[in-house]
Amino acid sequence: MAQPQNTAEQSVDQKTIVSMRNVNKWFGQFHVLRDINLSVDKGERIVVCGPSGSGKSTLIRCLNRLEKHQDGDIFVHGIELNNDVKNIDEIRREVGMVFQHFNLFPHLSILENCMLAPIWVRKTPRAEAEEIAMHFLTRVKIPEQASKYPGQLSGGQQQRVAIARALCMQPQLMLFDEPTSALDPEMIKEVLDTMVELADDGMTMICVTHEMGFARRVADRVIFMDEGQIVEQNEPEAFFNNPKSDRTKLFLSQILGH
Amino acid sequence: MFGRDRSLTSLLNDTFIRGILFQALIAIGLFLSINWLADNTLSNLANQGKTLGFDFLTRTAGFQISPTLGTWMLDYKVGKSTYTDVYLIGIINTFIVALLGILAATVIGFTVGIMRLSDNLVFRWFSSFYVEVVRNVPLLLQLFFWYFAVLRAMPSKREKLELVEGVAGLNITGLYLPAPIVSDGFIYSFLSLIGAIAITFLVRRYALRRQAETGQILPMFWIGLGIIIILPVLVHYLNGSPLDWSLPEFKDTGPKLRQGYQSGAGMVLVPEMLAVWLALSLYTAAFIAEIVRAGILAVNRGQTEAAYALGVRPNVTLRLVVIPQAMRVIIPPLTSQYLNLTKNSSLAVAIAYPELVSVFAGTALNQVGKEVEMIFMMMMVYLTFSLMTAAFMNWFNSRVKLVER
Ligand SMILES: Nc1ncnc2c1ncn2[C@@H]1O[C@H](COP(=O)(O)OP(=O)(O)OP(=O)(O)O)[C@@H](O)[C@H]1O
Ligand SMILES: [Mg+2]
Repeated sequence: MAQPQNTAEQSVDQKTIVSMRNVNKWFGQFHVLRDINLSVDKGERIVVCGPSGSGKSTLIRCLNRLEKHQDGDIFVHGIELNNDVKNIDEIRREVGMVFQHFNLFPHLSILENCMLAPIWVRKTPRAEAEEIAMHFLTRVKIPEQASKYPGQLSGGQQQRVAIARALCMQPQLMLFDEPTSALDPEMIKEVLDTMVELADDGMTMICVTHEMGFARRVADRVIFMDEGQIVEQNEPEAFFNNPKSDRTKLFLSQILGH
Repeated sequence: MFGRDRSLTSLLNDTFIRGILFQALIAIGLFLSINWLADNTLSNLANQGKTLGFDFLTRTAGFQISPTLGTWMLDYKVGKSTYTDVYLIGIINTFIVALLGILAATVIGFTVGIMRLSDNLVFRWFSSFYVEVVRNVPLLLQLFFWYFAVLRAMPSKREKLELVEGVAGLNITGLYLPAPIVSDGFIYSFLSLIGAIAITFLVRRYALRRQAETGQILPMFWIGLGIIIILPVLVHYLNGSPLDWSLPEFKDTGPKLRQGYQSGAGMVLVPEMLAVWLALSLYTAAFIAEIVRAGILAVNRGQTEAAYALGVRPNVTLRLVVIPQAMRVIIPPLTSQYLNLTKNSSLAVAIAYPELVSVFAGTALNQVGKEVEMIFMMMMVYLTFSLMTAAFMNWFNSRVKLVER
């Protein structure tokens, strides 16, 4: 079949779920992302770390168009991310995101939070949407909270609901932006446990996090960013035990040093 | 059984006892003040040889009220209609400008408020300009502007400014529009309209059930609009169009004195009412726009992002995520704006639009002289309007309230 306009898409092979080529982004004069090249395979678990302001959030927010990149190509799930609204919609359906501050909808119950997107985006019948929602709420171990409102839950519970809400769309890829850094220490574990389980089930994940224990345990690859660049990436063992660049060494000594 | 000194101080320190004590003191104070006021009023009235009483309400009123909705509804005739009629005319005229004003102010206010947040530079610039100009000029001045500078500057009584050839026109005596004349059989058109609304509700219920069962979403807005327009129009024409329009009639030939718009043809909105309506709605809309803008801005940006990240389209996000949360910030100040608008309608006295204060506190009070009773009656009207609005808005507010921990 001759589909010349799809050559770019076909060059991304079926195993690849994210491919970024020479991506650049500026906030006004400020160059946040510099020549980012990144390719993520299906089933890969990636941890992104780096100092504050290095562009980690911006990087993953570019993958579902919460931020718009100005230069370079991004393909997600074989679809090019450009100004085409159809493409954006399609990509957002396949990419789930979990935020630092949960961003649950406070005026909707936990169940309704989880049913909103399946009903309005996937056009799922209500009964089925409810079934899906209860399934994932059970998976994050809070089915009994379904009829409560976000304001009535603890931070850890809210973050697990946020994970369940994203999973209800049955995404191919999950993005996490510092999912535990707004939580009290005793709640971090319950969220990390949920994420580990998700990883064990084979979900493709890109996590921005400073939880190095989590990185060692589940990551296939750790990416270190600084000043908008990917400075270094490696398997966790190699990354933590013999970092190559000085900037990585400095960062690791700061974060693991105490 | 406790010791005397201990019991007294501990009683005074008890929060429950304290609460009761203060309430009792306030109640006694209030009672004494009201009593003093009433006593004072009665003795002052007695000194002037006046008594309290509402028997003036059955007396006939001997003054002209300019033709408005109220006079038309109560068929006001000088020397025949009573002061009760005058009171009711005032209420009707106040109610109609307040109601129309609230509707227009809400529509304009929400539009301008959302425009101020738009990405479009022209929209943003225009709405900021509107808000800043309109809310910083005194309402009375704006009323004078619309009345004297715009409507009184229209062509004279014997001329016209045609808006739609032969259908709508404007001159110094008002805005002339076609008036509907209902003939036999119109009742069916009317009934079919009600039927269409009922059918729309049924279809809506069906659509919701269908969405719950199959997930498919029907374009309910367009379906509803279709039913509500097409069905009555169809019935209307099948029935031989039992509704006529009386067009305004304008004469520019014949005797000079009879030239101009003819009475009895079409209908007229008097310039006083137009001016009050324009001034009140445009002025209040500027405040509502700011309230709406603040309400939408108060919704965390993360809410929109979370919805977008789930693939929810922007318009659905606005409707299901942003507006419901913005409403709880918008409703309380919006209620005050509605109440302000209603009370501000009394400024219409300045251009002699016969609303409540103008006819009742103005002309009627001058002739009857029952200050206490008449002011009391007017205060009751505004109080009732306000309490009704507040009750409605509170009910609405309770429906959009958030459940907190
Ligand atoms: N909307 C924006 N407008 C302007 N500058 C921005 C915007 N968003 C982020 N920035 C800037 O871009 C840089 C990168 O931000 P980003 O949020 O991606 O960093 P980060 O690596 O996630 O940091 P952190 O660990 O603090 O979350 C920061 O210096 C930030 O101030
Ligand atoms: Mg960040």
